[in-house]
Amino acid sequence: MQSTCVDVIETLAPCLATGGMDPGLAQFISILIGVVLVTLFPLVLVILLIWLERKIAARVQDRIGPNRVGPFGLFQNLADAVKLIIKEDITPAGADRLIYNVAPITAVLSTTLIWAVVPFSPIHIGVDLSIGVLYFVAIGSFGTLSVIMAGWSSNNKYALLGSFRAVAALVSYEVPTVLALLIPVLLTGSMGMEAIVRAQIGMWFIVPALVSAIIFYVANLAETGRAPFDLIEAESEIVAGYNIEYSGMKFGLFMANEFMHAFTANLLFAVIFLGGWSGPLAEQIPFLGFIWLMVKTFLLYIPSLILRATIPRVRIDQMMSFNWKFLVPISIVNVLVTAFLLQVVKALGWMPAPDNYDFLAHVPEALVLLIGNLLLIAGVLTMLRNAGRREREATEASEGEAGREADHAIVVAH
Amino acid sequence: MSVVNEWAFVGVFMAIAWVLPAAPLLISWLVRPRKANAIKMETYECGVETVGDTWVQFKVQYYIYGLVFLVFDVELIFLFPWALAYSQLDFFAFGAGLLFIFLLTDALIYAWRKNALEWA
Amino acid sequence: MLQLNVQTIAFFIFAIFALGGALGVVTSRNLIHGALYLIVSLFGGAGFFVLLSAPFIAVVQVLVYIGAIAILIIFAVMLTRSMTGMRELFNSQWWVSALVGVLLFILLAVAVIFPMWGNSGSEGSQPKSDQVATTQDLGVALVDGNQYVLPFEVASLLLTGAMIGAIVIARDTTED
Repeated sequence: MQSTCVDVIETLAPCLATGGMDPGLAQFISILIGVVLVTLFPLVLVILLIWLERKIAARVQDRIGPNRVGPFGLFQNLADAVKLIIKEDITPAGADRLIYNVAPITAVLSTTLIWAVVPFSPIHIGVDLSIGVLYFVAIGSFGTLSVIMAGWSSNNKYALLGSFRAVAALVSYEVPTVLALLIPVLLTGSMGMEAIVRAQIGMWFIVPALVSAIIFYVANLAETGRAPFDLIEAESEIVAGYNIEYSGMKFGLFMANEFMHAFTANLLFAVIFLGGWSGPLAEQIPFLGFIWLMVKTFLLYIPSLILRATIPRVRIDQMMSFNWKFLVPISIVNVLVTAFLLQVVKALGWMPAPDNYDFLAHVPEALVLLIGNLLLIAGVLTMLRNAGRREREATEASEGEAGREADHAIVVAH
Repeated sequence: MSVVNEWAFVGVFMAIAWVLPAAPLLISWLVRPRKANAIKMETYECGVETVGDTWVQFKVQYYIYGLVFLVFDVELIFLFPWALAYSQLDFFAFGAGLLFIFLLTDALIYAWRKNALEWA
Repeated sequence: MLQLNVQTIAFFIFAIFALGGALGVVTSRNLIHGALYLIVSLFGGAGFFVLLSAPFIAVVQVLVYIGAIAILIIFAVMLTRSMTGMRELFNSQWWVSALVGVLLFILLAVAVIFPMWGNSGSEGSQPKSDQVATTQDLGVALVDGNQYVLPFEVASLLLTGAMIGAIVIARDTTED
C-alpha cells in the first residue's frame, strides 16, 4: 500500500470480504482506514510546511532560518510542537469556554475535510462526490465559522474586531473564488473532482481558463490569509487578530491550520487548473500521478511563500475594494465571455469529445478561449491604465509639481 | 457506489476527523502546568486593563457586506446547475444565463453607486 | 418496518442535531449561542438532504445557510445592543408566538399524516434514490423554455430587489 493509498474502498473491502469477513464490516473498516490516512497526511505534512516557510522566509530576509535541531533544522517544528503541548494554557477571564475550545478544532476540520475529495492519483481519491467543487467551498465556510467563534468567545476587543474584519474579508473573497470555479465546471460539465482532472488530461485548464486561474489564485491568497492579504492577523492594527487570546496547543492548531489551508488551496489550484495528477506515465504508475500532483502544488506553494516574505500588507478598505470593484466584475465578465465562446466553439464543431485525451484535439477550443481570455486581460489593463492616467492628471492639475513628486514616490513605493 | 455510500465516507470522515486535532489538546490538558491567577487570566489589551463590555455594538457595514455576499451566494448556486448542463444547452440557454447574470450585475452596480461597498 | 441500518442510525443522529439545535435556539439567552445552535440545527437538515439522495441541496444548505445566513445573523446580532444581557425568557408577546407555533405545527402534522398532494400510498413510501433527477437535469430544466426559465429569471430579479431593498434600509440607519 502506498503512503497515501486511499483507494481502499475499491480494493481492501472485497479483499477483506474474501477472507470471510462480513461485507458491511469490511467496507466500514476500509472506509475507516481511508479516512485515517487522508486525515493524517495533512497533519504530518504541516510540520514540513512550517519548516519550509521558515526556511524560505529566512532566505528572503538574508538569514539562515532554523538549522540547529536535526539536519537542516528539520526537527525544529517537532520540538516546537512539544513545547506548545507542555505550555500552560490560559483561558481569559470571561471567555465562553465551550466555544473557545471548539473553535480551534473546527478550524482544523475545515481544512482536513477538504482532503476527502482531492484526487491524489488516478486510483487514489477519498471519495469522488458528484458535487466535489461545491463540497470544498461549503466546507470552507466552517473555517469562517471558526474565526467568528474564536473571536467572539475570547472576550477580547481585538479578537472580536479582528474576527469580524476577517469574516467580512473571507466571505467577500468567496464570491470571486466560486465564480472562478464556475469556469472549470463549464468546461468539464461536471462538479466531480475526478472528472475535472480527467478532462484536463488533454489540456490543462490554465490555458483555456487563464483569467479564472489568476482570479482563483489571488482570491485564494486572501481566503487563506497570506500576504498581501494577511489582514486576518495584522499585528500593527489588531495585535494578532482573532486568535490573540489563544496559547499553547490551541494556538498551535490555528497556526497549523493556517499552513495546511494555504497548502490545500494550492493543491486545489493544481487539481483544478494544472491537471491534478495527470502527467507522463501517470495512468500506468498511479503513484507517479501523486508525485506529479505534489510537484505542481509545491511549484505553486513556494512562490506564495516568497510573495509573503516580500510584499507589504494592503489596507482593509483597499482589500475590500479590490474584491468588489475589481475581482468580482472581472469574474462575472469572464463567466459570460467563456460561456459565449463555448457556444461559438460548439457551433464551429471544434469541441473535442469528452473522452478524447489527445492534446491536439483540444488545441482549437483552448486557443479560442485563450484568445478570449487574453483580450479580457488586455481590456482590463487598458482600463486600469486609463484610470491611473486620469487620476494622475487630476492630481497634477490640483497639486502641480508637488503632485508629480508624490506620484513618483508612489511609483517607487510600489 | 450509490450516493449514500459515497457520503458514508464523508460521514465517517466528519465523525473521526475531529479526533486528530482534539488529541493534542487532550495530551496538552494532561501534561501542562496549572498555575492560574486572576491577573494572568485577564484579557490581553496591551497592558492596560480592559474597559467596559467586549461585546459592543458593531457598525452596519459588516452587515451590508454579509448581505451582498448572501445575494451573490444564492445567485451562484443557481449558476452551478446551469454550468453543469451547459454542454447540452443552446444559445437560448446562454441568453437565459446572460439575463440572469445581467440582473445580478445590476444589483452590484447599484451597491457600488450607493457606496455600499465602501469600507468607511 | 423500521430496519436498523446505517441510514436509520444516521437519520436519528441528524434528527438529534436538528431538534437539539432547534431547542437550543429557543432556550439560550445569549443570542450568539442561539445563532450557533441554529447552525447545528441547519447542519442536521443538510444531513437529511444527503440521506434523501439530494447532495446538491445538502451542499447548498451548508453553503447558503451555514456559510452565509448564519454569518449574517451573527453580524445582525452584533448590530443590536445588549444581546448578552437578556434576563427574562418571556416577553409580553409570548402568547402570539405560541399560537403561531402551535398552528404551524398542526398544519405540518396534518400535511405529513394526510398527504393531500403528490403520490401517496405504496409507491410514495418507496425511496426514490434511483430515479431522483441529477443536478445536471436541474440545470437543463432551469433554462429550458418549456420548463422553469421564467422562475429562474424571476429568482434573479427577486434577489436583485432584495439586495437593493436591504441596502436602502441599511444605509438609512447609518445616516441617522
